[in-house]
Order: sequence, then structure tokens, then C-alpha cells
Amino acid sequence: MHAPPAPTARLPIASDADLAWVRQQVRQAAAGLGFGLVQQTKLVTAASELARNTLVHGGGGHVEMTTLEEGAARGLRLSFVDNGPGIRDVDLAMTDGYTTGGGLGMGLSGAKRLVQEFTLDSRPGEGTTVTVTDWAAGLPSPRTGAP
Amino acid sequence: MQVAEHDTADGVAKELGGFLERRREQIAQRWADAPLFRTVFTVSRDEAVEACKAVVDALADVARSGRLEDVQAPGFAAVRDQLGRMAASRTQAGFSSSQIAGEVAGLREPTLTLLRAEFEDSSSEHLEACLLALTVLMGTLRLVVMETSVSAGEELIARQQLQLLEVATPVIKLWEGIVAVPLIGTLDSARSQVVMESLLEAIVDQRARYAILDITGVPTVDSLVAQHLMKTVAAARLMGAECIVSGIRPAIAQTIVHLGIDLGTIITRAGLADALAYALTEQGIVVSQGPAQGGSPR
Ligand SMILES: Nc1ncnc2c1ncn2[C@@H]1O[C@H](COP(=O)(O)OP(=O)(O)O)[C@@H](O)[C@H]1O
Ligand SMILES: [Mg+2]
Repeated sequence: MHAPPAPTARLPIASDADLAWVRQQVRQAAAGLGFGLVQQTKLVTAASELARNTLVHGGGGHVEMTTLEEGAARGLRLSFVDNGPGIRDVDLAMTDGYTTGGGLGMGLSGAKRLVQEFTLDSRPGEGTTVTVTDWAAGLPSPRTGAP
Repeated sequence: MQVAEHDTADGVAKELGGFLERRREQIAQRWADAPLFRTVFTVSRDEAVEACKAVVDALADVARSGRLEDVQAPGFAAVRDQLGRMAASRTQAGFSSSQIAGEVAGLREPTLTLLRAEFEDSSSEHLEACLLALTVLMGTLRLVVMETSVSAGEELIARQQLQLLEVATPVIKLWEGIVAVPLIGTLDSARSQVVMESLLEAIVDQRARYAILDITGVPTVDSLVAQHLMKTVAAARLMGAECIVSGIRPAIAQTIVHLGIDLGTIITRAGLADALAYALTEQGIVVSQGPAQGGSPR
């Protein structure tokens, strides 16, 4: 099989220029894995939302990009990590239109709709990690632990 | 062993490793004042000295492994990140890769001087062999730094190109009362502000009734970009102009829908030409088929 190309990259999220860089790197990785144009666009848009949340609400952090291989399936996992204030009420934050900062409040809920797998882990006072994963189209997303 | 150790290349390399270990402090003290370290580790001189020691330790490690010419020698791994940061910092300060390489080469001379002093009493052949080994090793260090500075430079250029896309936002007069802004590149807050201001200005100056925002060149429309578009449309309306957003590509249209954003109050058209046709028709201007070429527009 193919050797997995550079499995992990860690990109800083500390400025608007970093956001542009993250979008570009995600697009390149997704294209490299054979994601179609629509899927690439969705994933990059989700990444843009989450990276901006890391910057604006989380006070900056980083994103970890990992390429995945499970059997024939190839995927891309993105973890957005910050040590900011955290999210007190996750259900509320995930509600369409809810914002504490004058945005549209569509970032978290929208990002979840744009990707195949979405997990949010947040502790008030400690920080927030949002992880999304997409698999190249045509393959069912594998369940962890399945043979 | 058949041969006396100091006669083999490996033996010389090991001896060099021993020298670097013993003279770690003196070498570090001399390097710490070189621009390469002094201008990067600026918190204190101790910080620069520590950084130098890390590099000396790495070189000693590489020497002991006998891989003097090997840029991939495991000994370099411990300082590769640090060297990368140093190179990046020099690159940002405006130095080219070859200038940085020159600075690394400059570390060789003070080290050779110490080595000469140390092996004063050995045979001249032995001294030569040691000096040569150190020269080779310092050449390899230079290559390691070059490697990291080239990739740091590439990244810097790529970033600058991305940012360049954010500069100019020309507002074009397409027709009496119709202006257009082709948006290209990233639409983050700062640039959206510029776009909105120049568009509103043009609406006043040109007494425009219609303003076309063409987003063909915008790679990503997320909720912030959508919000900026909506604000611009609302502001233009207050100035008495109707906005038309054109150039929403199919992949972006699907993404906007999944994101959950409702652009329903905004007039959209597939391409710039469709948007212009709409604006002309709304103004009561009829564009007829006319003779194939050369028909004047009025
Ligand atoms: N990384 C984060 N750290 C802290 N709070 C966050 C983070 N991400 C999102 N939030 C909270 O969730 C809310 C909703 O986020 P989102 O849906 O992206 O909307 P918006 O960014 O437009 O406010 C934010 O207003 C903020 O209060
Ligand atoms: Mg957001």
C-alpha cells in the first residue's frame, strides 16, 4: 500500500494570516487525498470556522492535521486546540444563531453539518478542542473498533 | 584493533567528539557573540550560550557517531528545530539563505583556533587530520541550516503571496449607474472593511443604482465572509443602491446551504455578465442582439 504522506502537521493559529495558511494547507491535504471539489470546499469552510473560533474565542492555539488510513479508506483529521476560556454550555453553543461575539453564530453548528465526524471537548477555564474527520468520498466512514 | 585508533578516520572523528565535549563551554562562549545567535536569542546572553551549547552537543554527538558528512546523522535531530527557528528568524530579518550559510561558516574559525591550541603537542599530521575533520563537520552543519532556512524561506514566500492577494480592491464602473467589485482572495475582516468602504464611496461618486460584488475569486465563503457580504448589501441599500452578488460557484453554493446561511434577501446571479444584464434590464436599458461586432453600446 502507499506510505502515508507526512501524517501529522501542526500549524499555529495566532493571526488572520494564519487562518489563510490553515485553509490553504487543509485544501492541499484534502486534494492530495483525492477529496472531490465539493468535499474539499466543505472541509476547508469548516476548518475556517473552527480555526477562527480558536483565534477569536479561544485566544489562539493550533491545529493538528493527520492523514488517516483504515483499510482502503483515506481520511483527514483536524484537531483545533486552544487553552482559552472553554465553553460553559456546549448545547447552547451548538445552537444555530447562538453567538457571544457578534458573529452569525453558525460556525460550530455549521461546521458539524459540513463534515462526517465531529467531536467537541471543552472544559471551562481550560480550553477547547474540536476534532473533525472526513473520509474520501465513496467509502463508508469506518467505525472505530470494527475489524 | 589492528591500527592505532587515532590513525583511522573514525578515530579522528571520535577524538573530535571528545574535544567538542571538553571545550563545550569555551566554544559556546565564543559563538554566543556571533550575530547568528546574538540576534536570535535576545532575552539574555545566557540564553544564547545555552543555545550554542545545544549545537556543540549535537556536533559532538555526530562526531562520535563518525558521520561527519551526513546531514541526516541522528545527532542533528536534537537541534534541527532550534536551527530552523534561527534560520527563520534571520530570514524574517531580511537575510538570504546564502548570507545565513555564511554566518554559520563564520562559527568555524573560532572553533578551529581552540582545536589548534588543544592539539598543539600532537604531530602535525594528526593536527591536520583533526582540523580537516572539524572543517568537514562544520560544513555539514551549514548544510543542515541551509536545508531548514530554505524551507523557512519557502513558507515565508507562500505566506506573503497569500497576503498579497488581500491588497487591491478596484471598483469598476461598468455602465452609467452600475459599478462592480471583483473580489479576489481572502475576505477577512480588515479587507472586507476596505471593500465596503471603497464600494460605498464609488456608489456616491458614480451615483450608482446597482453594485455588483463578484466573488468568483474568493476561495472560501464561511459565515464571516457571508456576514460581511450581508452587511455590505445592507449598507449599499441605505445609500440607495441595490447589490447583486455574482460568481457563487456550485461547490460554494452547496457549502453555504449546509453551513446554514440564508442569503435569501440578496440578489444573486451565476456570473458577472448575468448580473450586468439584470442591472441593465432593471434600469430599463435594452441590450439587443445587434450586428455581430462593433455595435456601440449607446
Ligand atoms: N474555541 C472556543 N472557545 C471558547 N468559546 C467558543 C469556542 N468556539 C466557540 N465558542 C463559543 O460558541 C459560540 C458559537 O460559536 P459559533 O457557532 O462559531 O458562532 P460565532 O463564532 O459566530 O459566535 C461563540 O460565540 C462562543 O461563545
Ligand atoms: Mg465562529
